[in-house]
Amino acid sequence: MPTVNVGRDRLYEALQQHYSEEEFDELCFDFGIELDDVTTEKAIIRKEKHLQEDTLEDEEIIYKIEVPANRYDLLCLEGLARALRIFTGKQGSPTFSLSSSAIQKMYVQPETALIRPYVVCAILRGITFNQARYNSFIDLQDRLHQNLCRKRTLVAIGTHDLGTLEGPFTYEALPPSEIKFVPLKQRMEFTAEELMDFYKSDLKLKKYLHIIESSPVFPVLYDSKRTVLSLPPIINGAHSAITLQTKDVLIECTATDLTKAKIVLNTLVTMFSEYCEKKFEVEPVEVISSDGNATIYPDLHVRSLEVDLAYINGYIGVSLQSKQVIDLLNRMQLPSEATIGSNGKSKIKALIPPTRSDVLHPCDVVEDVAIAYGYNNILKTLPRSLTQGKQQPLNHFSDLLRSEIAMAGFTEVLTWILGSEAENFWLLNRKHKEHTGVIVGNPRGSDFEVNRVRASLLPGLLKTMGHNKDSPRPVKLFEVSDVVLLDNTKDVGAANERHLAALYCNTTSGFEVIHGLVDRIMEVVGISNAAVGDTKGYYIAPSNEPEFFKGRQANIILNGSCIGSFGIIHPQVLANFDILDPCSVVELNIEPFL
Amino acid sequence: MVALSDKEVTKAQHVEEVILSHLQTHEEIVNSGEFAKANGLEHDLLLSVVQSLHGFNYVEAQDIKKEAWVLTEEGNSYATLGSPEVQVFKAIPLEGISREDLQKKLDVSVFKIGFAKAMGNKWLETKPLVSRKVSNVEDQVQQQLVHIRNGQDLAAADIDALKKRKLIIPLIWKGYSIRKGTSYAPKRTKAATDLTREVLQRGTWKDLVFKDYNYNALGQPTEGGHLHPLLKVRAQFREIFLEMGFEEMPTNNFIESSFWNFDALFQPQQHPARDSHDTFFLQVPEKAQFLPEDYLQRVKEIHEHGGYGSIGYGYNWKREDAEKNVLRTHTTAVSSRMLYKLAQDGFTPKRYFSIDRVFRNEAVDRTHLAEFHQIEGVVCDRGLTLGDLIGVLNEFFSRLGIRKLRFKPAYNPYTEPSMEIFSYHDTLKKWVEVGNSGMFRPEMLLPMGLPEDVSVIAWGLSLERPTMILYGIDNIRDLFGHKVDLKLIKSNPICRLGMR
Repeated sequence: MPTVNVGRDRLYEALQQHYSEEEFDELCFDFGIELDDVTTEKAIIRKEKHLQEDTLEDEEIIYKIEVPANRYDLLCLEGLARALRIFTGKQGSPTFSLSSSAIQKMYVQPETALIRPYVVCAILRGITFNQARYNSFIDLQDRLHQNLCRKRTLVAIGTHDLGTLEGPFTYEALPPSEIKFVPLKQRMEFTAEELMDFYKSDLKLKKYLHIIESSPVFPVLYDSKRTVLSLPPIINGAHSAITLQTKDVLIECTATDLTKAKIVLNTLVTMFSEYCEKKFEVEPVEVISSDGNATIYPDLHVRSLEVDLAYINGYIGVSLQSKQVIDLLNRMQLPSEATIGSNGKSKIKALIPPTRSDVLHPCDVVEDVAIAYGYNNILKTLPRSLTQGKQQPLNHFSDLLRSEIAMAGFTEVLTWILGSEAENFWLLNRKHKEHTGVIVGNPRGSDFEVNRVRASLLPGLLKTMGHNKDSPRPVKLFEVSDVVLLDNTKDVGAANERHLAALYCNTTSGFEVIHGLVDRIMEVVGISNAAVGDTKGYYIAPSNEPEFFKGRQANIILNGSCIGSFGIIHPQVLANFDILDPCSVVELNIEPFL
Repeated sequence: MVALSDKEVTKAQHVEEVILSHLQTHEEIVNSGEFAKANGLEHDLLLSVVQSLHGFNYVEAQDIKKEAWVLTEEGNSYATLGSPEVQVFKAIPLEGISREDLQKKLDVSVFKIGFAKAMGNKWLETKPLVSRKVSNVEDQVQQQLVHIRNGQDLAAADIDALKKRKLIIPLIWKGYSIRKGTSYAPKRTKAATDLTREVLQRGTWKDLVFKDYNYNALGQPTEGGHLHPLLKVRAQFREIFLEMGFEEMPTNNFIESSFWNFDALFQPQQHPARDSHDTFFLQVPEKAQFLPEDYLQRVKEIHEHGGYGSIGYGYNWKREDAEKNVLRTHTTAVSSRMLYKLAQDGFTPKRYFSIDRVFRNEAVDRTHLAEFHQIEGVVCDRGLTLGDLIGVLNEFFSRLGIRKLRFKPAYNPYTEPSMEIFSYHDTLKKWVEVGNSGMFRPEMLLPMGLPEDVSVIAWGLSLERPTMILYGIDNIRDLFGHKVDLKLIKSNPICRLGMR
C-alpha cells in the first residue's frame, strides 16, 4: 500500500480540527487508512543516511499515512484532508468544472504510435503556489509515477509554466539526435542521444532510460516556437520549469495506456484546482490525433451509477432507508439521490466524481455505504446453509502416516521447497538433469542460486542434518511433503507429488533401521512383502544410484513399479552436506498407497 | 554406573569397612586424600565408595577442592636435567667458546631458551667469545620444580614465574571431608534401588531397605518421535474448519498460471503484485499449455471492457501475461479454480478451506520467508452478507481464543468490501492485524458462471504468525527450514487451539 507523508500541523489545519494522535488513529481506522508512523523530516533523512541523532523539539512532525492502492485521490495532503473533511461532515463534495472552451491545442504526430501513442493535457489558470503547495504538487507527481504509472512505463507527467510557452503544441517522435534542448536542472544544451548517456550515472533518472532507450525515435513535446517542453518519460525542459511565481500550469501526460493517463490527469487537476483563482475550475486542452480526431481533456464528467437499495441492504446485511444511504454516500464523496426504477423498486443514483476512478461496479458503492455506516456497527449473522466438513484424502492419509512415522521414533522437520541447483543435483552426486526440475526465472538478487523447486525431499533432510551436527545420536528425522515434477498432462506443465523421506544418522550407518522403517510403512498401509518379480505386494531390489553407497542401497518396488529407494548416503555426499557421521535415508512417493 | 569386577567389589568392600570403622572412633575424616595415603587405599576408589555411602546417608561427605600444580613435560625434564640456563652455563668452558660451538653442544630448544635466560640473568659475556661472567650459579628453577614434584608448596611469585614459562600447569584436586551420616552404622546393610524381578521372585522385598528416591531430579527422557510444531498448529486449524463444516480444497499444485493466480481474480495485469519483485515467475515450465478458452474470453472482456454492471479496467489485456507460470502467491488461486468448477458442476452452497504453502519473492528476515503457509476459508452461498462474513470471522477466531475483533476497511483487487481483521492483544495492549477478508467481486464470480445471487465471503491469514506468537518464537528460521533447532521440535508442547 502506498504511504503518504504529510505535515501534522498542516493536516490538522486543513482538517479544521486538532486531534490527539489516538483520536486521529481512530479516524483513520474507520475511514480505511492507517497512521503508519509518526516522525520528522530530518528523522527520515537521518534514517536514510543511517545517522543516530536525537529529534529536536522544533522539527515539524510528519505523519506517514498508508492509503488504499486504488485511491489515487488520497495520495496528497489536499485530497486526504478533503476526503476526511467530507467524511466527518465538515464540507460537501466539490463540483469540478471546465472553463467554457479550449484555447490551447495539442497536435499528435503519427510517429508517436511507435513508442508512446497517447497524450492528454489540461491547464490550471491563476494558481497560487507557496512552498508547501509546490512541494505537495511535486510529491503527488512522484507518487503517481511510482504507483499508477508503474514507474513511468504506463504514464509520464510533465508540468510547465504556460507563461513561458506559446501554443499550439505538438507531440512528436523523432530520432534522438534531432532532439536538442536544455533539460531541467542543467544549463547546457544536450541532444537526446547525449542525455541518455549523461543520465546513466543519475541515480534517480537512470531507471527510466530503458523505457525508450532501444527505440529509433524518442517522444518529445514542442511549443509553436520549437521549445522543448519535455522528453517523456525522462525529463522536462528547463525553459518551462514551474516556480513559486508560476500562475498558469500546463499539465501533459504521455502514455501507453490511455485510461490511466486520464486518471492521472484527473487526479492532478482535481487536487490542485483547489488553489486556482476559480476554485475547482480547469481549462481544457484540445488534443488532435494524427487522424484528425479532436478530443477535449480533461474528461471530468460525472458518471451516474444506479444501484438497487435492496442490493445495498442485502449485500451488507442491514435495512437502511434511502435517506440514510444517501447521507452515508455523501460522506464518502459519492453524492447521490433516491430514484424509483421502472419496476417500482427504490434505487440510489450515485454520482461518481472524476476523483473516484476506483468505483467500477455497484459493489464499490456498497462498500462505501458499509464504511460510512461503520464495519463494526454491522450486526453479526451466520450463513444458514448446512455443509459437511470433509478432508482431502491425500492430506488425511499423510497425517495418519506422519503419526506412524513419529511413533516409530522419527522427528518431523519442515524444509523449504526452493533450493539451489547445487544441492538438488551435484551435491547429491547426481548429474545435472535439465528436464526433471522446475526452474525459477527471477530468483531474488541476494539469493541468486536459489532457483530450483525441489524434486526430492533429500536435500532438505541432509541440510537439516548438516546444521544439527551437535544433536545427540542417533538422529532420526522425517518429512512428508510435496515435491514438484514436470508433467505434460497438467495445464501448467508441472505437478506436485507427495513424498515421504526419513533419515537416520549415528556412529553406524543404520541401513537396517531404514530398511526396517520401509517394512513398517508397508505394514501400516497393509501391503505384504512379496517375492522378487511379483506384481502384487512389495519387495526391494539392489539399485545403483549415485547418492548412495555402492552395495548398500535398494529400490522399493510396489506392485511391479518403483516408488522410491533407500540406502547409505555416499561418503562424498555426506562431505558435501558437512555431515560427519554415516547416514541412511529413504525417500518414496506415497500417492500409490491411496 | 559401570559394573565392577569381583576383585574390584572386594576392594571396594575393604575401603568401605576402613572408612566406617574409622568413623566409629573418630569424629571426622578431614581429608580423604590424606586418609587414603595413610591407609594405603586408592583415592579414586575411596571417592566412589564415599559417594555411595553418602547416597545412603551412612556418611556425610563434603567437597574439598584444591588447586595443585603438576609439571609439564618440559618442566619434568628440567627437574631431572636442570634448567636450560644452567645447562647452558655449565656447557661453557672457563676459557670461553664461540656461539656456534656452544650451540652444537646442546639440544636446540635448550640452547635457545637457556641462552636467552642466562643472558637475561647477566651470567654471560658474549664478546669476543661466549664466556662465564659469574663463577658459579645456583639452579633455583630445578629446585622449585623438584619441590612441586614432591607436592610441596612454593611462594606465589615463584609459582607465577614457572606458570609463565609453561613448566607447571594447575590440576584441580577433588576430595571429601567425611563425617557420620544420619543412617550411620559400623557395617552397611545393602539398600535396594529398585523392585526387580529377582527381588520379587525371591520374595526378599519384604525385608529389603530401599534407597530414597530423588524426587527433585527429572525422570528418564522418553524415547520416540515428534511432530513438527507448525504442523501441530496446522492440525488444530484443520479441525476447527472441519468442525465448522468446511471442506478441504486440493492445494497440491505449487505451480500456477498467472491466469488462475491473478486474472481470474480480476487482478489487473499492471498490478504491482504481478511485478517480478513480488512474484516468482518460472523459466521451466515457462507457460501454461492450455487455459479454459471460453472462460478466458469472459475474463479478458471483464478486464478490458467490463460487464455485469462493471466498467472494467479499460486496458489491453494480454494472453501472454495470463499464460506466464508462477509459484502461486496465494492459495486463492485454488479457490478460483474450485469456484469455477462449482459453477460448471452446478452450484450448491459450499464451505471450503485450505492450509498450504505459498511463495513471495520478498526479502527474508526474522519474521518473513519467501515461502509460508496460508490459511484460507471460503463460504459460498446465495445471498451472503457482510454481516455473515463478520459473524463467521467471530466464530472462527473465538475458537482460537480470540474474542475481541474489529474490522478496518482495506483494499484488495478481488474483494469488495475488503476488511482487515484486527484483534486486541492483551499483553501488547494494542490492536494487531490478524488476517484479511472480504467478499469476492462480482467481476470475479460472474464470468465463472456462478448464479447472480451467489456471494462468496473469504478470509486468509498466515500459519506462521499465530504459531510464533503461540510458542514465543521470534525468529521463524528456528522453526521452519533446515536451520531448525531440533531441541525446539522435541520440547514443543501440544497445541490446544480450538479447545473450548
